[in-house]
Amino acid sequence: MLFSLEDISYKRAGRDVLTDLTVEFTEGTTALVGPSGAGKSTLLRLLNRLADPDAGSVRYRGRDVRDYDVLALRRQVALVPQLPALLVGTVAENVSYGSRLCGKECDVEAALALAGLDITFSERLARQLSVGEQQRVMLARALALKPLVLLLDEPTAALDERARDAVERTLLDLRKRLSAALIIVTHDQAQASRLADRVVHLENGCIQSQGPSAGA
Amino acid sequence: MIAAIHLSLWQVAATLALVAVAALISTWQRAELERDIGVATLRSFIQLTAIGYVIKLIFDQNRLLFVIALIAGMVVFGALTARRRARGVPDAFWPLLIALALAGTTTLVLVVALGVFPARARYLVPVGGMVIGNAMTAAAVTLNRLGDDVADGAPEIEATLALGATASQAIRPILRRSLRSRLIRLIDSTKTTGLIFFPGTMVGMLLAGAAPVDAVRLQLVLLYVLLGSVAIAALTAALLAYRNFFTPAHQLREPG
Repeated sequence: MLFSLEDISYKRAGRDVLTDLTVEFTEGTTALVGPSGAGKSTLLRLLNRLADPDAGSVRYRGRDVRDYDVLALRRQVALVPQLPALLVGTVAENVSYGSRLCGKECDVEAALALAGLDITFSERLARQLSVGEQQRVMLARALALKPLVLLLDEPTAALDERARDAVERTLLDLRKRLSAALIIVTHDQAQASRLADRVVHLENGCIQSQGPSAGA
Repeated sequence: MIAAIHLSLWQVAATLALVAVAALISTWQRAELERDIGVATLRSFIQLTAIGYVIKLIFDQNRLLFVIALIAGMVVFGALTARRRARGVPDAFWPLLIALALAGTTTLVLVVALGVFPARARYLVPVGGMVIGNAMTAAAVTLNRLGDDVADGAPEIEATLALGATASQAIRPILRRSLRSRLIRLIDSTKTTGLIFFPGTMVGMLLAGAAPVDAVRLQLVLLYVLLGSVAIAALTAALLAYRNFFTPAHQLREPG
């Protein structure tokens, strides 16, 4: 089992975000679907310990996530946030950032290619790109770490239809080319069917349903 | 030797005319600051008069232990005051206390060791007070700015943490910005000293009848001392306080 979450509760500013939640994530691609405020992004943040639950346990490949070195865990389980948050500097500097932190070489060209960008982007200033392009740089930055699990938080929420289709094609391509498991948060049921093998439906901090996606 | 100026209480009271001008402007413009102006005037009178007597006692005694006790009191009170200004930073008191203590100690030890001032109460008390006052403002402003920058930059910090960065690596660009913004203001005011404004010490010495060259030299000594102590205070406060934004597992704490 990739992730097992048991009896998870999480409060934020006194409000229940997740309540007695138990769910499992398997290898392959899983979509986490639900309306805004359902707790999807919070759930994703628990998987690579950007946050810890108030109660319950999160296990990754059978071990409690708190037993892993947290920095190593985050490199293995990389998260791409909903909104682009790039560092000041070039695309290449951004893409190689995570690798440089752990003293590893980074193949910027390969990471950009996986994210659907060509090498001509590498010397451009990251914060001057369009939102869609920045989102891809965020994806490339995470892929450069060669993660075993990729967590994507609403990867197309800020994009127009054309850019969304392009990112979806990139993600479908990634599924074929990478051995990494993908967990994608989306509020769009149709997108979940297009991208995932399995769908977990979350509402008001509780699991409503889970099973194979309609498109699987 | 500088001739001392003796001012009567009447002469001090006469300057309240200018406080009244400030209060009138506030009333006229409906700024509603009259009460604050009144409180500030009264507090400054009481506090300065009280500290005047304390300083007189310490000067008369001229014992190093009294000087240390007074400066330690200033450091604690300064840290408490600065904490109120740096509300956005969790548990800011200890970083501020250490920052002010370090800035005060380093500066005083250095000026005595370098032979700039003798180790006597008459020199250590005013220099210590000035250093700690300025260090307090610098540390409070730096932490206040850091708190705002962390709140605004939370997505950037979390995105970096998500790539396996430590708390220190994730906050580094923001920390740099906060420190720069504080130090640039001090550097700018040091650059323009003498052109745009005459600093207080120099004005005081000139009024007291000192030779302009002596007034300038003392002012330069104090300016350079301040530059160093403010940099020490701002850097120490920021470096010690940034960890309070994070949990030991390199997670950004929720505000509040």
